[in-house]
Amino acid sequence: MTTDPATASTTSPEGLATAAALALGDDALVLSHRLAEWAGHAPELEEEVALANIALDLLGQARVLLSLVGDEDELAYLREERAFRNAQLTEQPGGDFAATIVRQLYFSTYQRLLYGRIAAAAGEGTGDGGLGGLAAKAVKEVAYHQDHAEQWTLRLGDGTEESHRRTQAAVDALWRFTGELFQPLPGLDGVDWAELEADWLSSVTAVLDRATLTVPDGPRTGAWRAGAGRQGLHTESFGRMLAEMQHLHRSHPGATW
Amino acid sequence: MTAVTADAHKAPQAYEAVFDAAVAADERIEPRDWMPEAYRATLVRQIAQHAHSEIIGMQPEANWITRAPSLRRKAILMAKVQDEAGHGLYLYSAAETLGASRDELLDKLHSGRQKYSSIFNYPTLTWADVGAIGWLVDGAAITNQVPLCRCSYGPYARAMIRVCKEESFHQRQGYESLLALSRGTPEQHAMAQDAVDRWWWPSLMMFGPPDDESAHSAQSMAWKIKRHSNDELRQRFVDICVPQAKALGLTLPDPDLKWNEERGQHDFGAIDWSEFREVLKGNGPCNEQRITQRRRAHEDGAWVRQAAAAYAAKHREATG
Repeated sequence: MTTDPATASTTSPEGLATAAALALGDDALVLSHRLAEWAGHAPELEEEVALANIALDLLGQARVLLSLVGDEDELAYLREERAFRNAQLTEQPGGDFAATIVRQLYFSTYQRLLYGRIAAAAGEGTGDGGLGGLAAKAVKEVAYHQDHAEQWTLRLGDGTEESHRRTQAAVDALWRFTGELFQPLPGLDGVDWAELEADWLSSVTAVLDRATLTVPDGPRTGAWRAGAGRQGLHTESFGRMLAEMQHLHRSHPGATW
Repeated sequence: MTAVTADAHKAPQAYEAVFDAAVAADERIEPRDWMPEAYRATLVRQIAQHAHSEIIGMQPEANWITRAPSLRRKAILMAKVQDEAGHGLYLYSAAETLGASRDELLDKLHSGRQKYSSIFNYPTLTWADVGAIGWLVDGAAITNQVPLCRCSYGPYARAMIRVCKEESFHQRQGYESLLALSRGTPEQHAMAQDAVDRWWWPSLMMFGPPDDESAHSAQSMAWKIKRHSNDELRQRFVDICVPQAKALGLTLPDPDLKWNEERGQHDFGAIDWSEFREVLKGNGPCNEQRITQRRRAHEDGAWVRQAAAAYAAKHREATG
């Protein structure tokens, strides 16, 4: 790889769009991988289909976004963890089904609101290099993901005592990873991030309320400042995830598959 | 169509005669039609085992999803494993038209009272195994399943039509993946050859025991559930694979494999039926692991299914 896009100049307009595409592409790539870990382990067959379907949509988005930046396989397989720009939320290990659903609720709500805005901005002619087209297509997929996550949040939150307990635990545990989603991404100037965050909070709060779950009152940032993943500062499990994901590709330099 | 509708005024022999005539005329038997109990039981067993094979069959391939070497291959593999879950769902639905329930069939799988295809008890040790499974295992499955599209039981035949369309697509992708390896670096070529060496014989075993040892074959053929014997289908598969292996630039691990001019078919070496019987008895390389993972997924997911049921019950009451 000649230039590392993670550290490429973000002062030119192309550089800005590239930085945003890389961050959003990494989100989709990493979350897709985490969801794919469920294959063969889901609680029912319908969820084998649904989780794989969401993972596949996200992988499709990742491929388009990373291709706006450079070679998709070089970017996915040959960067080390400090060069990844995904939000830490997306790399959190699956845990139980409740943790997977809550992660998905938080993320797909964000993604739908953000892609909706990027697509709208592109429609008005103020969009950015290639992101608008992807957003317009992906927003439809993401609306399904959000619906799936919401329906399951309701079932789990308002299901049995055990499912309520597990889901509340997931809601609480993942809450501190949600703040960094709203750090402005360079190149997406049309997006009002404060408004996006307010919309996200009201959407997620409404679902948690309906699901009889309590909105956490803790901070939405953890030990790391919000925005850590976007700076290439990740949580410990992420390196192990990449080791598994990249091992084969790295073992055969230059091979095509 | 309704070939034989149960009618309280008819004697059992009359039903049997109408059923036999419908089968003889290549008509489809449908869920509401009268059918012999043994026909129903055979179909439930066969369709359930077929469904179980789709579900267990997700495991050896899912084993490589998180390590797939390119994003394109990863997407293809994820789509394939997702399709397999979908095939399982179609097939459980087909079995349910015969009065079985999915829960009961899954319980039989988990407790070892129903089987799944012996092939999925072999491990996927390298990435090339994913391609070999696509080419050989899916290829054998298609050879078996295409005649089932004309099976006498309508819901099964229709499920097979949908399954075969998707399987053929996967098989081409598996072949193409092996081709890329075979034409790749020497290490990739060796990986592809090793995978074919390990999957060839187990794939031939997918057609079941030789005709003279196949317990259910004669009756299934009389009922037109089966259209061809195990050995006929196995021979057809070998004849299809030989030129494909040549095009791939890979060899098949059978020194006795050669064209027989007289028969117009390939002769091939003897299958190790003792290995087949051991795998069926539960002593294959992955039997224990596969069923343990399946049971664990089911047990770990119990609270999720209970939550969904509790939520549905609450909201049924709430809405009246």
